Amino acid sequence: MARKDDQPGGVWYPRWFWPSFAAPATIWLLLFFVLPFYVVLSVAFGRLDPIFLTAEPVYNPVRWDTTPFRGVVTRLFTAGSIEQETLVRTLVYVGIATAACLLIGYPVAYFVARHAKRTKTWLLVAFIAPFWISYMMRMFAWVNLLQEDGYVNRFLEAIGVIDHPEQWLSGRASTVVFGLIYGYIPFMILPLFGTLDRMDRSMIEAARDLGAGQVKTFFRVTLPLSKQGILAGCIIVALPMFGDYFTQTLLSSTRNTAMFGNLIVSSIQSSLVNTGAALVVVMVVLLIVPMLYYLRSTNVARELAER
Amino acid sequence: MSGPLSVQAPPASRRLTSWIANPWAQARFLWVAVFGYLAWSLVPVFIAVAYSFNAGKAQTTWQGFSATRWFITDVNSVWQDETLRSALFQSLKLSALTVVIAVPLGVAFAIALDRWRGRGAGTSDFVMLFSFITPEIAIGVGLFLMMTKLVEQIGLGFTAQVLGLSMYELAFTVIIVRARLLSVGKHYEEAAMDLGASPTNAIRRVLLPLLSPAIFASVAIVFASAIDNFVISQRLCADASCQTIPIVIYSSARRSPLPSLNALATIVLVLSTVLIGAAVVGYRAMTRGERALAESPGAEEPVLASGG
Repeated sequence: MARKDDQPGGVWYPRWFWPSFAAPATIWLLLFFVLPFYVVLSVAFGRLDPIFLTAEPVYNPVRWDTTPFRGVVTRLFTAGSIEQETLVRTLVYVGIATAACLLIGYPVAYFVARHAKRTKTWLLVAFIAPFWISYMMRMFAWVNLLQEDGYVNRFLEAIGVIDHPEQWLSGRASTVVFGLIYGYIPFMILPLFGTLDRMDRSMIEAARDLGAGQVKTFFRVTLPLSKQGILAGCIIVALPMFGDYFTQTLLSSTRNTAMFGNLIVSSIQSSLVNTGAALVVVMVVLLIVPMLYYLRSTNVARELAER
Repeated sequence: MSGPLSVQAPPASRRLTSWIANPWAQARFLWVAVFGYLAWSLVPVFIAVAYSFNAGKAQTTWQGFSATRWFITDVNSVWQDETLRSALFQSLKLSALTVVIAVPLGVAFAIALDRWRGRGAGTSDFVMLFSFITPEIAIGVGLFLMMTKLVEQIGLGFTAQVLGLSMYELAFTVIIVRARLLSVGKHYEEAAMDLGASPTNAIRRVLLPLLSPAIFASVAIVFASAIDNFVISQRLCADASCQTIPIVIYSSARRSPLPSLNALATIVLVLSTVLIGAAVVGYRAMTRGERALAESPGAEEPVLASGG
C-alpha cells in the first residue's frame, strides 16, 4: 500500500485535517491510559511518607528510588515468600486453564467452521452469547450451582459419583481453575473459528487426494495451518486471566488460592500502595512479550486480509 | 475468503445409514463436543435467569413461579431495594455517558487512522490497541492511583468511572468503524470532492452516512460492554453511590443473596441481548442494499460487500 497521502481529484487536505480527527482520542488515551501508567511508575519508584507511611509518588524520573521496587522483585525470587507462591500459583492456574480452553475450544471451533452448514449462524450466535452475558452473572450462576445444596452436588449424587455433598466453594484450586476456563473460553473459540473458517480448503483436499487419512490430514495440514489462531487464542485468554482477581474471590476467596491479581488488589487497598504499584509494573513486564507478539501477529493478519 | 464448499451434504437417508455404520466418525464426536459445550456454557445462565422468577427466597430450590416478586413487588425486589435500584440506574447512566464520549472519539479516530498515514497515526493506533489488550487490573490500578494521587480534584467516583471507561471502550468503536471503512473504500468521498465538495463536507455528507451502520453497531456494543464492565468501575468506586450492577453482584454473590440479585442480572442480560440483537439486525438492514448489489451478477462495486 502506498505510503503517500492520497490526494484525489486534486483536492488538498489541509495539513491539520487528519491530525485533528485523531487528536481527541489520542489526548484521551494519553490522559487516561499513558498518564495513569506513569503514575503507577511514579508510585512504584516513589517514596514513603516517613510518618504516615503512605506512598508518595515522585514524578521526576531522575529522583526515582528503586529500592522498594527491588525489594518486591527480590521477594518474588525468594523461595517460600507469599509473592513467589502467588506468582507460581497464578502461572500454574493460567497455564492449566489456557490449555483446557484450547482442548475444549478447538474441537468446538473446528466443528462450527468445518461441519456446521445451515446451523452455522445459530451456532455462532450461541457461541458469542457469553460475550454479552455479564461475566459476573455467569460466575454468580456457578456460585449458586456449586453451593452445598446446589444442583451440581445433587446431580453428582443422583448419578452416584459422590455420596455426600462436596464443599466446592471453600478454597479449592480446581474450582478456581474451572471458573477461569468457564469465564474465558469464548475468547479462545472466536480466533480459532476465524482461522479455521478462513483456511484454504484446497490444502485439505490436496492432502486427502495424495492419500492422507482424516487423522493424518488433521495433524499434518489443518493443525499446522491453524497455529496462528491457536497462539492468538492462547494469548488472548491468558492475558486477562493473569490479571483476574474476581473469579478467585467469588469461587474460593481463601488465601491459599489467591492469584497475582488478588495480591495487587489487597496491596492497593492496604497501606502497601507502592508494593501494589510495583506488582503492576512486574505484571506488565512479564506480559509485555505476549502482548507485543499478539499485536504484531494480528497486524500481520490484517495486512494479509487487506491484500 | 472461504473457498467454495467442496463436499455437499449427503441426503438424509445416507446420513442415517452412515451414522449407524460408524457412530464414532469424526463429525459425530464433534457434534457431541459442540452441544456439550453449549449446554455447559448456557444452562447455568438459564438457571440463574429462572431463579429470578422463583416464588420463594431460595437460590437452590425451586419454590414456584412468580413473575413480579423479585422485580417490583417484594420489599427486597430490584425496584424497592435501594442498593439494587441505584445500581441499575448508576449502570445505565455510566454506560450512556461512556457511549456519548467513546463513540464520537472512536469514529473520528478510526477515520483518521484509515486515511491519514502520518507519523503520529501509527503510534496512536499502537497505544490504542495496547490499551485494549492490557489486563484491566493494570488500567484500573493506574486510574485509581492517578485519581487519588495526581488529580485529587476528580477523585474516585462517577466522573472517574466515566473518564476511565470511555478510554477503555474506545477500541471497540475504532475496530468496528475501521472494518466498515475498509469495505466502503474511498470512491464515494473522492467522487464528492471531484464534484466540488470540500473535505469536511465530503466527510459529513458522504462518509458519515456510509458509516452509520458501524456507528449504530458501536453504540450498542459499547453500551453492552460498558454495562458489564467490572474491574475499572470497581477500582474507581469508593462508596455505595457509584456501585454499578457488576459491583453489586460481586459483593453480594457469596452472601446468600435473594433472587432479586438474579432479577437484576436478568434485567441486564435482557437489555444487552436486545441491544446486540438490534445492532446485528440494524447493521444488516442498513447494508442490505449493498449486499444485494454486490451479489447481483452485474455488480461493479464489490468493495461494498460487507462480509455478512
